Amino acid sequence: MTTLADGEWHRLHPASPLLRGGLFIVAILGFIISNLRERLLDFFFHVPTYGDDPIDELFRRGAVGWALLGVVVILVVILVAFYLSWRMHTFRVSGEVVEVRSGLVFRSNRRARLDRIQGVNIVRPFIPRLFGAAKLEVSVAGQDANVHLAYLGSAAADALRRDILHLASGARAAAALPAPASTDAAAEGEDWVEHAGTRAAGSALGPSLGSYLGTAAGGIAGGIGGFATDRAHEFFAPELDPDAAPPESVVRIPPGRLIGSVVFSGFTVFVLIAIAVLVWSVSAGGSGWLLIAIFPGLIASLSFYFNRFTKSLRYSIAGTPDGVRVGFGLLSVSNETLPPGRIHAVRVSQPLIWRPFGWWQVRINTAGHSTNKGAAGEAHTTTLPVGTLTDVARVLELILPGFDSDSGSENGRETLLVDHGVRSPGGDDGYTNAPRRAAWLRPFSWRRTGFTIAADTVLLRRGFVSRELVLVPLARLQSISIQQGPIRRMLRLAHLRVHTVAGPVIAALPVIDVREGERLFERLSAGAISSARADTSHHWADPRHPLNRAPLAPLAQPLAPVTPTAEAAL
Amino acid sequence: MPDTTEGFAAPAPDAASAPDPVLEADGRLELPVDGEWKRVSPRYVVVEIVGTVIFGLVLCAGATALWLLAEVSWAPIVLALIVVVILIVVLFEPRRVRSIGYQLRQDDLLFRRGIMFQRFVSVPYGRMQLIDVTRGPVARWLGLADLKFVTAAASSGVLVPGLAFDDAEALRDRLVELAESRRAGL
Repeated sequence: MTTLADGEWHRLHPASPLLRGGLFIVAILGFIISNLRERLLDFFFHVPTYGDDPIDELFRRGAVGWALLGVVVILVVILVAFYLSWRMHTFRVSGEVVEVRSGLVFRSNRRARLDRIQGVNIVRPFIPRLFGAAKLEVSVAGQDANVHLAYLGSAAADALRRDILHLASGARAAAALPAPASTDAAAEGEDWVEHAGTRAAGSALGPSLGSYLGTAAGGIAGGIGGFATDRAHEFFAPELDPDAAPPESVVRIPPGRLIGSVVFSGFTVFVLIAIAVLVWSVSAGGSGWLLIAIFPGLIASLSFYFNRFTKSLRYSIAGTPDGVRVGFGLLSVSNETLPPGRIHAVRVSQPLIWRPFGWWQVRINTAGHSTNKGAAGEAHTTTLPVGTLTDVARVLELILPGFDSDSGSENGRETLLVDHGVRSPGGDDGYTNAPRRAAWLRPFSWRRTGFTIAADTVLLRRGFVSRELVLVPLARLQSISIQQGPIRRMLRLAHLRVHTVAGPVIAALPVIDVREGERLFERLSAGAISSARADTSHHWADPRHPLNRAPLAPLAQPLAPVTPTAEAAL
Repeated sequence: MPDTTEGFAAPAPDAASAPDPVLEADGRLELPVDGEWKRVSPRYVVVEIVGTVIFGLVLCAGATALWLLAEVSWAPIVLALIVVVILIVVLFEPRRVRSIGYQLRQDDLLFRRGIMFQRFVSVPYGRMQLIDVTRGPVARWLGLADLKFVTAAASSGVLVPGLAFDDAEALRDRLVELAESRRAGL
């Protein structure tokens, strides 16, 4: 069987320490080269040196042998350390947990319960990606609680994610994991992820498709040409695992629109103001200090644009049986799978500047926070960087159950409600809106500040200048508060908030009729309880899942699905 | 628009421990719940007053320093203002403490506090992540403790202060028990 998720201990990619420490080595090389630049110049261009660099000193003292010995010793130490850290870094995936052991002196052991998984992210930073390696990150709720597997072979990472999600879904057809033939072949190629202890390291470096080490070291079968073709193929392959997802993304962002969305942003307004200030200060004969203060920032903003653009490029989103998969990136690539029921709040919003183009953005709150940056340098909370309303509808279909096109007859209503939520100026359109006296507090947006409940989801819409619609599944809601100060009391209004896990989406109705608010408060608290009771998403595909679920976690450490323990072995 | 005095006068009538719907002002937020609100210990007023007075003393010290050391002419006026405001706050303290209440309903914990700035929170028991019982120095001297109900949302902010220590422990155990029987995911 190809699977790494068989409950046994496995090792990571042998080059992992090198890839992880890559930056460190580059830095050391840089340091050495910059120190010896004069000598290098002399060597290549016969420019006379000025003496007194470390190598001159070595010659003078006749310590060349010692120096060489020192270099060799350092190299050996680094290699041994790398080898040991690779030996000691093992992981296993069983039916219940993902567990990682690592560390040489300070051993650490971290395990995450599968039913608490908030998302599985595969990241391929640029350099490791060239070598066909990928980082797998299992995110669970809590700060710094994620389990990282860096690095695995590209195909092995995809296969492992599929298996982890499969196990977590509760659909435990046990041993008979349906592994499609295509990945079988690839995964056999990636065989270097050996059984800990059962096989010698040498045999793991056999002829293979994926293992660049095998090819480079052995120089056998396939050769470098085949390797390069493989890498190139992988590099341009769509960011979606073909066997686990429909091959094409349901939403496509044309590069033109992406550039437009980056250019027409609040940041651009800021830059334009900065430029205006600069021009004004120079033309007014200022002393020039403003030029020094602002100009470097303007140059830096160019790299900001470039980054945002490349990171959002090749965006893809598709539904898989185990959740939504969102991929991003041109050079460094990441794609994350969010199992059903892991999205706590959704916001569809449109800044004023996008209105002429009809563009919208979708952002979400999740409990797990991947440490790798996603689109636009933000955490993985932007599900759709920019899209038309049709795109938004497709994305919502994927990320919110009950808003998909085949969830029964009510669907027409939900689609309509979303459409009204984002576009309608207010009025009698399925939403309960704030009364006219709310205009004292929200002079423009009071007409469309309202709510409705559909498909076990509460929809809150607000905003006139920057329109937005927030959707919170009742089963994910943490608590509700309603509050009122003296001004709202005079106006017979209240402020209602729906609390969800932290994220960019804030679900609140700043103005609502006080009686309406009291009713909504009661409705939501009742709805939250009944929806949570009917919710089965912690084992989303468990066939024998009754609605009355068994208590699943011991209460001892409710917010500690991961128990990192570090003990000094010295 | 009603005038300001009405807005400020509204809280006063229902100063009794149970909110009275008859005396309720028109725009006042009042949830139509049947159960009886459990109140926190009246001794908690002392904790609040001590806190307010210490805060006031620090402010007064600042103002006095301005007056005597920096010889700022308007400092005495500020000092007087601070004293007046602190006195008013202290006077209303018992009323504020009486406004804090909670209810253990069938499936959720309902919490309220505030007179002028009212806040109601409902937290389903199943959403509990942990419960904190803490005691400050003054509260410990009075035999009181604070109970904090923590959910996955940072903004829930349900802090029931001023419970007798035994009550706080009993309430904690009760909440944990309730949460266990209504366990939900995140």
